[in-house]
Amino acid sequence: MTNTSEVITAGKASQRKEKLFTIINSASGWLNALGFSWLVPILKMLAGDNPQEQLTELRKVLLYPLMGIAIFLIAWAVLAPRVQTSLGAIPGPSQVWEQTVNLWGDHIREREKADAFYERQDKRNEKLIAAGKADKVKHRSYTGAPTYIDQIFTSLGTVGLGFLIATIFAVPLGIASGLSKAVNGAINPLIQIFKPVSPLAWLPIVTMVVSALYIEPWDWMPKSMMISAVTVTLCSLWPTLINTALGVASIDKDLMNVSRVLQLPTAKTITKLVLPSSLPLIFTGLRLSLGVGWMVLIAAEMLAQNPGLGKFVWDEFQNGSSQSLAKIMVAVLTIGIIGFILDRIMYALQTAFTFSSNR
Amino acid sequence: MSAALLAAAATVSLSKADMLDVEKDELKFGFIKLTDMAPLAIAYEKGYFEDEGLFVTLEPQANWKVLLDRVITGELDGAHMLAGQPLAATIGFGTKAHIVTPFSMDLNGNGITVSNEIWEMMREHIPSGPDGKPVHPIKADALKPVVDKFKAEGKPFNMGMVFPVSTHNYELRYWLASGGIHPGFYSSENVSGQIKADALLSVTPPPQMPATLEAGTIYGYCVGEPWNQQAVFKGIGVPVVTDYEIWKNNPEKVFGLTKEFTEQNPNTTLALTKALIRAAKWLDENNNANRMEAVEILSRSEYVGADKEVIANSMTGTFEYEKGDKRDVPDFNVFYRHFATYPFYSDAVWYLTQMRRWGQIGEHKSDAWYDEVAKSVYRPDIYLKAAEMLVDEGYVEKADFPWGTDGYREPTPAADIIDGIPYDGKKPNAYIDSLNIGLKSKQMIKGDALVEG
Repeated sequence: MTNTSEVITAGKASQRKEKLFTIINSASGWLNALGFSWLVPILKMLAGDNPQEQLTELRKVLLYPLMGIAIFLIAWAVLAPRVQTSLGAIPGPSQVWEQTVNLWGDHIREREKADAFYERQDKRNEKLIAAGKADKVKHRSYTGAPTYIDQIFTSLGTVGLGFLIATIFAVPLGIASGLSKAVNGAINPLIQIFKPVSPLAWLPIVTMVVSALYIEPWDWMPKSMMISAVTVTLCSLWPTLINTALGVASIDKDLMNVSRVLQLPTAKTITKLVLPSSLPLIFTGLRLSLGVGWMVLIAAEMLAQNPGLGKFVWDEFQNGSSQSLAKIMVAVLTIGIIGFILDRIMYALQTAFTFSSNR
Repeated sequence: MSAALLAAAATVSLSKADMLDVEKDELKFGFIKLTDMAPLAIAYEKGYFEDEGLFVTLEPQANWKVLLDRVITGELDGAHMLAGQPLAATIGFGTKAHIVTPFSMDLNGNGITVSNEIWEMMREHIPSGPDGKPVHPIKADALKPVVDKFKAEGKPFNMGMVFPVSTHNYELRYWLASGGIHPGFYSSENVSGQIKADALLSVTPPPQMPATLEAGTIYGYCVGEPWNQQAVFKGIGVPVVTDYEIWKNNPEKVFGLTKEFTEQNPNTTLALTKALIRAAKWLDENNNANRMEAVEILSRSEYVGADKEVIANSMTGTFEYEKGDKRDVPDFNVFYRHFATYPFYSDAVWYLTQMRRWGQIGEHKSDAWYDEVAKSVYRPDIYLKAAEMLVDEGYVEKADFPWGTDGYREPTPAADIIDGIPYDGKKPNAYIDSLNIGLKSKQMIKGDALVEG
């Protein structure tokens, strides 16, 4: 009796295991795309797979990168104090961590100040209502300096906007130039000329043009944000444009012939044939564009003094206090990590939209 | 005269409970990261702006040009400005726009710093006191042999200042000229300011002064605090003279607004002037008792952001020349004493005389013209109105303000100026003619030559 029940439970257990493995395997693609490939062997081990095999895998995807980071940190900590600048020695990892905590503290303090401000405002308004002057009640938003966290979100918003504008222009243009040799020939020289132009050269022109055209700024979109965003657009639309054109131009000829035989209208051809088959390359372009956009944005903010991480770096450089260098390094690391996350998000999207993720 | 302003203000009752009915309550003010922006930071942090019903955002700017342009385009409602900026903009030297000022921000606060190498060369020409330390004030006479040596070797002697119409430019030129070093002329075709110059002056933004000095691009500079003390702190240069020694209690920064803004928002202008006067009072009251707190506020990264000890040096009445040579300069930063915040016409006239002296104003102007320009830019009427309200509200003393003057300071006596040439704001042309280097009465710069007009 007992034997049979054991066999059945064992069977059930192995079934469960199989199921778990299928889930883990199907999830592994996503985890890889998002940069969590080191989770896969750990999950497999937890599910009861052969530890030996998984440990080898784990060493490859987790141990080596961690070792690399550790070696870098040690080298940094040892070498940094040896370089004396006029602002004191170059800060090591510990000082940078200290400033990270400091910046977070500043953020919390600023939020407390904002709360106190709103409290005062409410009190004032209550007094006015009590005095029967309800028409004088005002609700204003807090006017303190933006904290580091605020600057990060400003930068993200700006790059998002610039990237969106770039995509809206670049994808249709790319499709047009991929489909038609004439259009391609016409815009190719322009692409070649404008692609290498630095954001810093665009900035003065963009500033003048935006100031002239964008006269009545909306509240949620100040002029400065628009200027930074358009600068980002001008520098980051090229990779999308080129890759889209390439993707469209390299569609299988048989497919295009099919569309001719069926006499599909152009709009249908684009939605049913062109877009699906060129999506992988379009996303490759978008991924490159976002990377360029993020890099360009910091430079634009620095020069134009528009709010965001670039301005934070410049302001700290101008402050010239003994903490400035460490704060700038916090910003450098933040910029790098955010750039990495953005790239991963684009990679995940690319994986989601294409049937083979081996690009 | 602003009849509209007076009429608008007259309808306002001056009881303590009533705030001014401001036309615009969300304001953005610009500033440059310098200690003398303190009144703005204090008015914000101590809630004086809020007391007047103003919601102010303070925003540091990259440089003086950007700041002025943004005030003119209306991106900023007002800003911490160099005293020369509203005057130059109004007469059309550089960007033309009518800027006015109802509030003078402070007195003194600048210094001239040279690199260690130049200091070594200067030191042998400076007499020492019984303690072996150099005797102050140090005149430019000690720098002249150094500049001559550079000239003989065919090397340019470069110095930095912060802006063509800045206090620092005029102070540096004054000091150099008083020692016989020619700082160069401007002309309408050549705005480099280096015509006939022995020392070549060029523009560097204040926060970058120490870095530029360290890189060897310039050999000295004139700038506001904390950038002189920063040079000592970093061990890259030596401040040789403060502007207090060049000209005792000279006016330094003003708060500038466009004329248009003050006409459209008379009550807002009054309200912000009130807040700034209270901030200035707080900075100087009880014999500078609040200065350490002010230093803490200024050292925050959203304001000046330099280290506390660097800012504290000058804000608490001491100034360090050579490393370890700390001397008392109790009036190095004055925000309220000596009627510091009153926009005197004579201050405006002095800047105009210096613009004329160095060719930024190309032609001879009558004494009446100087008076007229000063009166169109400096607005003591607004200032006194604000002061009157504050006295009624009990925030300030009546004795803190010069009531009933004609807007001119008493003439500055010879003893208060480094080269002993007295200054009377009511006789600008006589003053210009009494200075040693520079354009006199009818002289003009044509091409690169000086011609008698």
